[in-house]
Amino acid sequence: MTITSLVEEFRYGLAAPICLTWELTYACNLSCVHCLSSSGRRDPGELTTAECQRVIDELERMQVFYVNIGGGEPTVRPDFWELVDYATAHHVGVKFSTNGVKITPAVATRLAVSDYVDVQISLDGATAEVNDAIRGAGSYDLALRAMRWLADAGFAGFKISVVMTRQNVGQLDAFYALADRFGAQLRITRLRPSGRGADVWDALHPTAAQQRELYDWLVAHGENVLTGDSFFHLAGYGQALPGLNMCGAGRVVCLIDPVGDVYACPFAIHDAFLAGNVRSVGGFAGVWRDSELFTALRGPQSGGACASCSAFDACQGGCMAAKFFTGLPLDGPDPECVRGFGHEALALVDAAAAPRPSGDHSHRGRGGPVPVSIGPRPTGAAAPVGSAPRSVPDRACDQNPLAGFVPSAR
Amino acid sequence: MADFDLDVAWRLHPQVSVRPERFGALLYHFGTRRLSFVKTPELFAVVTALDSQPTARAACALAGVGTAELPVYARALGTLAASQMICERTAA
Repeated sequence: MTITSLVEEFRYGLAAPICLTWELTYACNLSCVHCLSSSGRRDPGELTTAECQRVIDELERMQVFYVNIGGGEPTVRPDFWELVDYATAHHVGVKFSTNGVKITPAVATRLAVSDYVDVQISLDGATAEVNDAIRGAGSYDLALRAMRWLADAGFAGFKISVVMTRQNVGQLDAFYALADRFGAQLRITRLRPSGRGADVWDALHPTAAQQRELYDWLVAHGENVLTGDSFFHLAGYGQALPGLNMCGAGRVVCLIDPVGDVYACPFAIHDAFLAGNVRSVGGFAGVWRDSELFTALRGPQSGGACASCSAFDACQGGCMAAKFFTGLPLDGPDPECVRGFGHEALALVDAAAAPRPSGDHSHRGRGGPVPVSIGPRPTGAAAPVGSAPRSVPDRACDQNPLAGFVPSAR
Repeated sequence: MADFDLDVAWRLHPQVSVRPERFGALLYHFGTRRLSFVKTPELFAVVTALDSQPTARAACALAGVGTAELPVYARALGTLAASQMICERTAA
């Protein structure tokens, strides 16, 4: 029996995704500062119930075992439970992410008896103080209420899903204890500079010391904690973490967004990673199998500047989306490269020129005040909290045409 | 892990879904919510034959597995049994 490395096989893509994220709506009752899909308001072009059912029919034919449903807040779609029932009746399991807003004791009881539905409650702080600063006032209580009802209904092993930030890495043990208290399982994932996350990345992403702390914690607890394989860039520290340790974008992973656009991964909502739309003639299967983008991603990839690094076999150059939205080249180091090469590379790029995520469905007028004025920002004016430092716009006429230009090192 | 018993009847667990892939197949267990990989087409042929054959040994023979290779397949099937992807088929 010859066994080629599975990871090697996965690089060339699968007949259908293993990990398919499907964001059902951009509507959300919350306005989390790091929302990777910049959600808030429903998009008028969102897939109808019938269109969603056609997608589920396709997933059944492709033998996609389960979908990870998110948003936005998927449960605010009036047809949400109808779609969950439709999917499970068609042998497509559902794992859905929610902030808990529509979980009631009755819903929890219903969910508890289904083998085909799994629930992830999003929580970004083990205390209300840390959580609500990111997810909004009252969101901690909302999540805890949902957890209590799921536990009371006998739903064993639901997930508590945490995005790791500078503010909550120190709470890892507390998150673990919280999951234990509810008979749940902890799932931690990496913060990405995607969606509104691009605006808060500088303030929220873990420090180098915290990354090491996180890695050591994962090595000690890895088997009991889910990560969605999202920390493979930390494998550069040495020991590989449980999971695939590779970027699955377009190979084993993809995203269907609320209007049916198919992206290479949930963290890459940008035209550069748009493979097609489920409304096209070939449907989702056609996009998955034949799109130019996915075909290219399944071809040989260049390690670029990273290929000669001794950690490259372990970290594979890190996360494509994290590089893209911080303005780094895709064949260069991850911005959080554990060897520090990302930090060096970032010093050479113009943060203001980094690609902006496509589309913004944020609530208007929520969140921090946005100062709007005509003309250059007054000297000394404070940038919005959490935003990347931006220089005062260059005047058109009184500067050298190359002002602000930084030649690339490569 | 106890040694895998080649001489009893086995079947895919009723909650397991199978998807053929170029390298072999993917198995997903809806009860445990775990994914397993059948890493070669040959092993996939054995797994597929389990349901119709009186023993795992017969399933291996049907799939063309030679005697010399049997221990390797017994180990692979043992791994699938440990994760409940396959289970003993009790006489109906």
